[in-house]
Amino acid sequence: MAINELHNDLRTAVRELCARFPDSYWRELDAREAYPEEFVKTLTNAGYLAALIPEELGGSGLGVAEASIVLEEVNRSGGNSAACHAQMYTMGTLLRHGSEEQRRHYLPKIASGDLRLQAFGVTEPTTGTDTTQMKTMAVRRGNHYVVNGQKVWISRVEHSDLMLLVVRTTPVEEVQKKTEGLSILLVDLRDAIGNGMTVNPIRAMINHATTEVFFDNLEVPVENRVGEEGKGFRYLLDGLNAERILIAAECVGDGRWFIERACRYAKDRVVFGRPIGQNQGIQFPIARAHVNVEAADLMRVRAADLFDDGQPCGAEANMAKLLAADASWEAANVTMQTYGGFGFAEEFDVERKFRETRLYQTAPISTNLILAFIGQHVLGLPRSF
Amino acid sequence: MKIAVCVKQVVTRDWPLRINDSHTWVDDRDASFEMNEPDAYALEEALRLKEQHGGEVVVCSAGPPRVNQVIREALARGADRAIHVEAESLASADGAMVAEALAAPMEEEQFDLVLTGLQSDDQGFAQTGVVLAEFLSIPHATIIMEVQVGAGRVRVKRELEGGWFQWVSMSTPALLTIQSGINQLRYATLKGIMAAKKKEVRLVEPPAELARRQEILMLSVPERTKEIRLFDGAPAEAAGKLVQALKDDARVI
Repeated sequence: MAINELHNDLRTAVRELCARFPDSYWRELDAREAYPEEFVKTLTNAGYLAALIPEELGGSGLGVAEASIVLEEVNRSGGNSAACHAQMYTMGTLLRHGSEEQRRHYLPKIASGDLRLQAFGVTEPTTGTDTTQMKTMAVRRGNHYVVNGQKVWISRVEHSDLMLLVVRTTPVEEVQKKTEGLSILLVDLRDAIGNGMTVNPIRAMINHATTEVFFDNLEVPVENRVGEEGKGFRYLLDGLNAERILIAAECVGDGRWFIERACRYAKDRVVFGRPIGQNQGIQFPIARAHVNVEAADLMRVRAADLFDDGQPCGAEANMAKLLAADASWEAANVTMQTYGGFGFAEEFDVERKFRETRLYQTAPISTNLILAFIGQHVLGLPRSF
Repeated sequence: MKIAVCVKQVVTRDWPLRINDSHTWVDDRDASFEMNEPDAYALEEALRLKEQHGGEVVVCSAGPPRVNQVIREALARGADRAIHVEAESLASADGAMVAEALAAPMEEEQFDLVLTGLQSDDQGFAQTGVVLAEFLSIPHATIIMEVQVGAGRVRVKRELEGGWFQWVSMSTPALLTIQSGINQLRYATLKGIMAAKKKEVRLVEPPAELARRQEILMLSVPERTKEIRLFDGAPAEAAGKLVQALKDDARVI
């Protein structure tokens, strides 16, 4: 089967699945701040979240290009991939750096959806993106690590069975390079919560199931460490390019959803005796936003192709994320303006998607840090922070 | 049980229709296509029958190379293999031409049951199924709501007018044209999409003599006409004129 055929088949199938979860489904969940359990279950059972897991471990062994199409179509349908995208890529750390035993034990269950691994505990309240300064410590005692500390903005913890947790196993003062001494632990949330781990939901601008998490002498078996002790930071960086590309695809999906809605409304809405889309003041911003979404999509496709070909793609993956996040945000603003007052009404879904797509300017990485990366690592400029 | 499902590829429902220059068909050069909706229900019914009674489901389609898209979709949903009677001339063919194109390769297969959609979303003649039954020399029943399979027979529920239904029992092999909405369509799974790549699609040439029996002379889009008449005079007088016009001209009261 030609690649384009596979991509088209994927798009058609995911679109059809998503069509059964209409705007009203997401709107109602948003009002209750509830998790899209039925949607996530359906997408999981149909195998789409296991796209990146190798075939021999129960997945479909596809590339980031295909995985990104799934997430794009979810967002393009009016839904929000953020509820479950991490199930697709968090396992990458386990796949690349886990022991053979860990891979065989966990990945088939993650592929089938019997286990959800869609939480990654990195960010801390006092360190933000300055990851190497994290305070959460894991001290080894016999066959266990004892973890103490705090994480924040950890999403989907309440809807996961497992969480990857980044901790310091050697204090920063005792390592030669500050990127050393970090380790990754696989925490079984079913045992941990209530036994040294406390989860507090954070009510936020969007329905994102995000939390703050506290560790008070949480015991994690040493066998649950992923990879070598002290190498966690490198493992963390390894997964970022895939994540950037997948998030870029979600932004493209949002952008296309906004442009479709804006066009439909601009054609239908008649004021002063003609459709508002006939006015250049309305039409041109929509056209420009469309151009920018499609341009961002090209960078996303380029990055995905390089990634799947095993080529370096840090620059392209980061540029795709930046361009796509900016394009979806532009499209969101344009659509809001096109809808006028109705854009603010919940029943048109524009305000919900507007809030949701705003997140991509901030998470999983702030736009400024992408610019810093491009400046320093692509253009060779002095480090800016 | 060996079940055939005939599927047609039609222009996507939300595609803005444009008529071609000769006014004989739509200009579908840049259209997107999908599986004819009643055929999707026929496929689902076939997959359910296979799950209950075992056997295999073979997708049969007649059309240009692009039809491969809906064949792959049917394979991704769970059909076992496919027969594609391939020719450019089959694009926008009439029901009899499609039935004749399908008949030869389908006859060889000796299917126990042939399911088609009730009608197509584009032409809507509801002829392909019944004409195909004639070519295959098997009995048929139309507008099927439910299928019960017994030994050498099927019992089917037909939809009649005015909310009435009819149960018909017939011998197999038989052909049934399936009504939309009789079951809940399944999703294509990712594994299904991947597995479809490995399934057999047999390409067959149509009979040499194949020709249209029906010619579309002209297609036209209904024109929206709007007429506004204003009745002047005092309110009572204008209302009287309006009532008169509704009676005499519009004939709605």
